[in-house]
Amino acid sequence: MTSDSKNIPRTQPRFSATFDRGTISEIQRAAATGIYDIRGGGTKRKLPHFDDLLFLGASVSRYPLEGYRERCDTDVVLGTRFAKKPIVLKTPVTIAGMSFGALSAQAKEALGRGASAVGTSTTTGDGGMTPEERGHSATLVYQYLPSRYGMNPDDLRRADAIEIVVGQGAKPGGGGMLLGQKISARVAKMRDLPEGIDQRSACRHPDWTGPDDLEIKIEELREITNWEKPIYVKVGASRPYYDVSLAVKSGADVVVLDGMQGGTAATQEVFIEHVGLPILAAIRPAVQALQDLGLHRKVQLIVSGGIRTGADMAKALALGADAVAIGTAALIALGDNSPDLADEYAKLGTVPGAYDDWQDGRDPAGITTQDPVLAARLDPVLGGRRIANYLSVMTMEAQAIARACGKSHLHNLEPEDMVALTMEAAAMTRIPLAGTEWYPGKGGF
Amino acid sequence: MTTRPNIRQIDLASTSLRDLNAALQGAAEGSDDAWTIVNPRGRHAIAVGMTNPVEVTIAGHAGYYAAGMNQRAIVTIDGNAGPGVAENMMSGRVHVKGNASMAAGATGHGGLLVIDGDAGARCGISMKGIDIVVRGSVGHMSGFMAQSGNLVVCGDAGEALGDSLYEARVFVRGTVKSLGADCEKKEMTVADRDLLQSLLERAGMSDVPVGAFTLYGSARRLYHFHVDNASAY
Ligand SMILES: Cc1cc2nc3c(=O)[nH]c(=O)nc-3n(C[C@H](O)[C@H](O)[C@H](O)COP(=O)(O)O)c2cc1C
Repeated sequence: MTSDSKNIPRTQPRFSATFDRGTISEIQRAAATGIYDIRGGGTKRKLPHFDDLLFLGASVSRYPLEGYRERCDTDVVLGTRFAKKPIVLKTPVTIAGMSFGALSAQAKEALGRGASAVGTSTTTGDGGMTPEERGHSATLVYQYLPSRYGMNPDDLRRADAIEIVVGQGAKPGGGGMLLGQKISARVAKMRDLPEGIDQRSACRHPDWTGPDDLEIKIEELREITNWEKPIYVKVGASRPYYDVSLAVKSGADVVVLDGMQGGTAATQEVFIEHVGLPILAAIRPAVQALQDLGLHRKVQLIVSGGIRTGADMAKALALGADAVAIGTAALIALGDNSPDLADEYAKLGTVPGAYDDWQDGRDPAGITTQDPVLAARLDPVLGGRRIANYLSVMTMEAQAIARACGKSHLHNLEPEDMVALTMEAAAMTRIPLAGTEWYPGKGGF
Repeated sequence: MTTRPNIRQIDLASTSLRDLNAALQGAAEGSDDAWTIVNPRGRHAIAVGMTNPVEVTIAGHAGYYAAGMNQRAIVTIDGNAGPGVAENMMSGRVHVKGNASMAAGATGHGGLLVIDGDAGARCGISMKGIDIVVRGSVGHMSGFMAQSGNLVVCGDAGEALGDSLYEARVFVRGTVKSLGADCEKKEMTVADRDLLQSLLERAGMSDVPVGAFTLYGSARRLYHFHVDNASAY
């Protein structure tokens, strides 16, 4: 046998599934810097999600509603349990809490304008209420967070509802972060912090721990605001059955449940990817808790975490939620990750669709920044229009699905309208696997 | 002792908390009224959300969050106070004649909180401009993440004083069990001493000599993420 060294096939470079390129570069980055990776956005790995559910639509046994002639209502009332002035939303999709500081003032204004145009609410965030967002939001929910940055009783009374934040889906058990690049003079003043520091917020409330204290805290907030405002309690999805039960026991009017896909302005990557439940897994136990207490639809449930479309919204409602909230999708609607910014993203070492350095303050879209030049790129009027358009599309999509299922209100959607595509989704939602009448655990199997 | 002409008494044994707070919150701007609340019996959220400079005396012990979020009112608790007394106070004055539980003056933005007795854990946690003067001692983690304002402790301080402190000043006369991360002893300037003197005077404690106090503040080493601080995160 002769050997022709030139023709010996060479082993091809083979990448490891365990040590994939992302993992390798992260180890290298960690070794070089000694600090964990902090980024914005939500979980990037694939998770069981609303895509794993389908609606059945009408058939011989169910008849649909006519698209143009027959109504499919979308309104929702939040805070009917104890608040003297419940909130009425025309569509059950609200803008989630995102702080001025994390977002530019222009972005906050645009969110307010867009949400108000379609009759829904916006929410402040970990940094207080700005006059711009109050001015441009017909209905504004004021967050009450562990840091209490900017918290004051005048804004509390100016708010339409109060949201006590216990946790967030991106980081259940973690506090807020805002890196120095974004602590501008105005942000620093509102939060009473030195300019330019890397801010880490507390993760526990300073003056209460546990449900018995929370009950007293809620009473105090109601006493300060004349029992007018609906009080929400926001939790990251981790033990939804118990968390919802305890929030209700503490006197919440509304529970906000945020799944692990939920976006953040700045959190450790390890937190974003490894802590919490996907929202799909959390809704059924949360609804069960409300049903067990006889308070389903009396204490309203808002869910969030990776909501993108009217289909996601319809599925969340069909699982028993009263409304949904969006963060990331709203930023995208404003222009985040736009292909138009490809050149600028390239300068930041990324590409449209993958940009997640929302902590960094150099957002070329002018959304997650406090740089006045960058922020000025976002026209709040145009941005508001885009938000309004997007929220309208979501609503119409959900209505299209609901009508196809024969429902005259989005809230009439129910688990029986859906099937699951995967065993995981069936197990998590107790919705039968497509083509069967079975979900894992049903009948003891 | 009030110098105001009209003293109104509200009995919490026969009045609901809602009616009490509504009456206090509704006190007319510029009114000369002084209110006395009898039979408080540790009720929570007494005299919260006040906005006018009325005088209120709680004749007995108060539960959680007494005088919470106070604006301009002058509140005296003639007894002990539960957790979170004067939490998030904006302005005005709250005076606890007995002891205060945890998180006294938490997140307060302004005004003066005076505690004649001791305060429990986390006194002045996340304070944002409030002044707190305690004649006795404070518990562990006092001044945790305190952002601005002044905490004066005439007695001793428990463990981890001023942990993760920002720009607040902490004056302690007695011993400090231990300092929290990033909290350090500071040189006291003449201006600091004058400030301390005036705080003690405003708190009605001019009898306490300024000389024996030590000032603590932020070492500012945790203001920026850095690998060398990893053990403190
Ligand atoms: C830029 C940004 C800032 C946020 N800031 C806050 C905040 O201040 N408080 C809070 O409770 N949640 C905050 N969140 C989480 C949102 O309120 C919401 O839970 C999440 O965005 C929902 O998931 P989604 O992004 O997939 O829609 C933030 C999210 C983003 C994207």
